[in-house]
Amino acid sequence: MSSPAFGGQAAIAGIGQTEFSRRAGRSELQLACESITAALADAGLEPADVDGLVSYTVDPVEETELVRSVGFPEIVYSSRVPYGGGGSMGVLLHAASAVASGAADVVVGYRGIRARSGASRFGGAKTSPSPTSGHSGTTAMQWCTPFGVLTPASWMALNSTRYMYEFGVTSEDIGRAVVQLRAYAATNPNAWGYERPITLEEHQESRWIAEPCIHLLDCCQETDGSVAVVVTSAERAADLAAKPVHIAAASGAGLFEAEIATDHYRPDLSVMDGSVALAARLFDRFEIARDDIDTAMIYDAFSPILLMQLEALGFCGPGEAKDFIADGNLALDGALPCNTNGGLIGEGYIHGLNLVLEATRQLRGTAVNQVPDARVVLVTASRTGAVLTTD
Amino acid sequence: MTSAPVAGNHTDHYVELMDRPAPIVTEDNAVFWDAADEGRIVAQRCAKCGRLRHPPRPMCPECRSLEVEVAELSGRGVVYSYAILHHPQHPSFEYPVLATLIDLDEGIRVVSNLVGIEPDEIRIGLPVQVEFVSTEDDHRVPVFRPVAVGESVAP
Repeated sequence: MSSPAFGGQAAIAGIGQTEFSRRAGRSELQLACESITAALADAGLEPADVDGLVSYTVDPVEETELVRSVGFPEIVYSSRVPYGGGGSMGVLLHAASAVASGAADVVVGYRGIRARSGASRFGGAKTSPSPTSGHSGTTAMQWCTPFGVLTPASWMALNSTRYMYEFGVTSEDIGRAVVQLRAYAATNPNAWGYERPITLEEHQESRWIAEPCIHLLDCCQETDGSVAVVVTSAERAADLAAKPVHIAAASGAGLFEAEIATDHYRPDLSVMDGSVALAARLFDRFEIARDDIDTAMIYDAFSPILLMQLEALGFCGPGEAKDFIADGNLALDGALPCNTNGGLIGEGYIHGLNLVLEATRQLRGTAVNQVPDARVVLVTASRTGAVLTTD
Repeated sequence: MTSAPVAGNHTDHYVELMDRPAPIVTEDNAVFWDAADEGRIVAQRCAKCGRLRHPPRPMCPECRSLEVEVAELSGRGVVYSYAILHHPQHPSFEYPVLATLIDLDEGIRVVSNLVGIEPDEIRIGLPVQVEFVSTEDDHRVPVFRPVAVGESVAP
């Protein structure tokens, strides 16, 4: 199978963000304006250079208001990615596709979120007025609402319990991943968990959110903030201010009966088979070897799905993630340094897109927890993913 | 509001309090919730190829037929997975909420609650039988109670 045309043709030319906090004190629109102008400055580009915008379907920042705020003279390409956080890396897929096809020259991908202080706290227990109110695959949640299964943690817990049952995984096994994430976050001044590492005992003593799989410390940090990425052609990026990061591969993988966050009706919930399919696309179709991945950013909304994705992506066998982690393989000196910013659990939850910024920093050599000579980085969110490279 | 029903308590407690959120009934899903209102658990069955499907949908994903029948289900199944939900809490529920995925004998999986069981007694593979509890707006939804020892009968 030949590689899609955009493989290697598009590059990340700039990244930008606001501070991450628990109360931003300003609108998502303003947060997005700030992160986007920061990303453009990073790239050495002006708003007038931008002709494309991509975000999530659930993002509250509307293109019309963004355009009149930042002062984009003409936008010729706009798109949004469904599937909530699972669609995170679809932002790269859409942006790279637009650039490679010639539909746009410079595409800004963004996410503005007040997951903590906003009108509806992201992880809060709430019911929906209609099944499609999230415009993002949330129709499936109608089957959960009358039963009190109201939060992302509760949706994922039903999958995670089955995973633990099939492979004899314990909460302590999962907690070891969290200890590693918090160790990374502890040295990252940008992280919620800066200077606050945890022990496995503290993980075990944190209160249950969803027994037997999710303690409080297994949950990502609901965060206020915004991040933005600027994508343009590799050719143009080579002449810009920042060291270009190439989008070598990007794909989504949406299987029959897959949902967002749940997949409750897939036959075997002990395997994240959407990520298995994603790996087949990223590694096989784009002819990238797993062994070439220097570091990985893997969507860790809740820690059990980090273990499940490590297995589904093929970095270890089914049920082996607990041993892979216990052996220290997620650390800087391990086989697969993972979520080196602390991940969504340690750094904060900008709905996954902040993982793209960390992947970019690793390839620029500017990460706080730098993997020496990182040249190939995987960044995934269960059903979407990309491989980024220095060349 | 009054105190919420206790997960695991007898059905009558739910009937009395009627706190549980009502299902969101749409053109596409009414077949399931309408039957539940009458104390029945059903699935769609394709009138052309016979495939059972849940959640309901307008078209058969196997043969693309729009012709559909209603299949009555036994209401018997086993616990495929579960989660004991502690936080965050919604005022319509007593915590912990005993959330579960039930694999019904007919090969249909549903999200539901377990009743009549203590949290530490829940096991994957546990045989269960459907019963119905009331929600706000006079709807009923299916929940599952463990089949008592000696009560389990092979179909």
